[in-house]
Amino acid sequence: MFYREAGDFKTSYQDDGQTFPIKLDRFSYYVILGLAAMVVPFVINDYWASAVLLPFLIYAIAAIGLNILTGYAGQVSLGTGGFMAVGAYSVYKLMTSFPDVSILLHILLAGGITALVGIAFGLPSLRIKGFYLAVATLAAQFFLVWLFNKVPWFYNYSASGQITAPERSVLGWAVTGPAASPAAKYLVCLLFVFLAAWVARNLTRGMIGRKWMAIRDMDIAAEIIGVNPLTAKLSAFGVSSFFVGIAGALLFAVYLGAAEVGEAFGINKSFLVLFMVIIGGLGSIFGSFAGAAFMVLMPVVLKNILVGTLGWPTDLAAHIELMIVGALIIFFLIVEPHGLARLWQLVKEKLRLWPFPH
Amino acid sequence: MMDQLIFSAEVLLNGLMTGVMYSLVALGFVLIFKASGVFNYAQGVLALFAALTLVGIMEGQVPFRHLINAAFGTHLENFGWTVGPVMAILLTAGVMVILAIAIEKLVLQHLVGQEPIILFMATIGLAYFLEGLGDVMWGADIKTLDVGLPQGISDSIEQTTANWFGYGFFIDRLDIWATIIAALLVAALVAFSQYTKQGRAMRAVADDHQAALSVGISLQFIWIMVWSIAGFVALVAGIMWGTKSGVQFSLSLIALKALPVLMLGGFTSIPGAIVGGLIIGVGEKLFEFWVGPLVGGATENWFAYVLALIFLVFRPQGLFGERIIERV
Repeated sequence: MFYREAGDFKTSYQDDGQTFPIKLDRFSYYVILGLAAMVVPFVINDYWASAVLLPFLIYAIAAIGLNILTGYAGQVSLGTGGFMAVGAYSVYKLMTSFPDVSILLHILLAGGITALVGIAFGLPSLRIKGFYLAVATLAAQFFLVWLFNKVPWFYNYSASGQITAPERSVLGWAVTGPAASPAAKYLVCLLFVFLAAWVARNLTRGMIGRKWMAIRDMDIAAEIIGVNPLTAKLSAFGVSSFFVGIAGALLFAVYLGAAEVGEAFGINKSFLVLFMVIIGGLGSIFGSFAGAAFMVLMPVVLKNILVGTLGWPTDLAAHIELMIVGALIIFFLIVEPHGLARLWQLVKEKLRLWPFPH
Repeated sequence: MMDQLIFSAEVLLNGLMTGVMYSLVALGFVLIFKASGVFNYAQGVLALFAALTLVGIMEGQVPFRHLINAAFGTHLENFGWTVGPVMAILLTAGVMVILAIAIEKLVLQHLVGQEPIILFMATIGLAYFLEGLGDVMWGADIKTLDVGLPQGISDSIEQTTANWFGYGFFIDRLDIWATIIAALLVAALVAFSQYTKQGRAMRAVADDHQAALSVGISLQFIWIMVWSIAGFVALVAGIMWGTKSGVQFSLSLIALKALPVLMLGGFTSIPGAIVGGLIIGVGEKLFEFWVGPLVGGATENWFAYVLALIFLVFRPQGLFGERIIERV
């Protein structure tokens, strides 16, 4: 009843194969997009931008990236934090070396550089699989963080070892640096999220996405039916790192403004993004958004309840948060391995028939 | 030149000692992996949890006191008694057994037959949960652990080597004890798995779950036993590392050091864990000593991983691992 699809008939293959084949879905997508682009920038304030919306959008890009690698291509990676650092440091070097070029272009280029690094660290995936590979990607994590810490060229020989984003603007609006308004930052992130989701969705339902999924489901069988594991795995690493690099660039340049590599891009970031993908749903673009929203909102809500309402000490709340995150991971893996995306699908199935179950 | 060689020899010895400590953690991984095919990321946190519990029991802390104080506005501190090291270790071992049972009942039982990578991610969740639980239970402040193991530089070794080479080697007595205890532990584990009924059952489960079930071996019991043993190994590792560097969060990060040890040695091999630990321990110390100054130091963070990564490309199953056979 609530979820209407009756009378929504398709007369061409093209209509049938679109991303949102059901009218209700399509319209709600347009409405959400319209609200996000036209209404939110006018009502956004500093707290909402920095506590909820910016991290949500940025981590959604990272989660889409990791989801391509882990959810679609089946290559578990724990190096996400390191690849985000590559994005952040390349955008920093580009911003300071070529101040006249648009920041948007820099962010895309940073994604490209990260893609190359990702492909390099993806090379061992041809020989090693499963958690051997997961552990091997930790090599990327630790090596990259060490590299950015130890080679002063990357942080322009600054005394503190930190990188700080200089002010850059798009169409006269400052989007990085201290003068940037929350709305401008938000719109830049929204633009990249929209592009990332659009590209990822179309890649994953085309030929290349099918190759990734064939490799994920059974790599040897995929090889026999003509999928080249070399190109499939490396393209997954490349595309995934491209998005993760963009997320890292945005996280540093737009959101944080200043970053220190060990703190901002440590191993915990890798796990955070992996958890988003697991909780949201492996192999689902919507799941990446759901997981990112969940992992960003949960600490905020918990902090408000435990510290704000009950008045508990902050460190206790942080530890309880760890317990809840851990328990939720296990819960989702046991009860619903396909995560929030699958739960959402179930809700839709129920609503379709409500109030008459059968 | 001679100086350099003697320095290197000292670095090498210290590397061997560190390697033993890595092996201790890696052993716990191998045990669980062999018997249940679960790659237990939480092993390092288990060691942290064990060390926290041990300190808590020894000092007579009230468990969950911060939580209780925050929730009910009370001011609980300690019970007011202290427990001797031996008794405390026994009690902690008991806690680890209870933990093993809880893990089996609440987590593993529900994940039977899932893909290894799902189980791996479940243990990452377990690691987060236990880390939070340990901190909520016993507090997150840095604690010192002293169960009466000798510490400090060994004078006799320094004296002897000074007489032989004209330069005294600095070796921590704790490291020597750790080596002895690790050797005993490995001997006990090997004896257990070779000569006892439960040990045989454990090996049977490791070989083939289904076949073991069909001859009447209780998978549940074996898993609880294996996790208990792994908890005990974690306790030993936690005592060693806790005595060496204090009981704090960074203790759980030694698990990250044990991962490359395993990749190098092979996930299924106890000798592999030992040899891998020694290679990594010596390798990273020597690399830091020789190459470190040229590239800015702190290479210990990644050397082990890169070494393991390069090694895996040539021999994916590790030094002593079983050959990986894949069928469609």
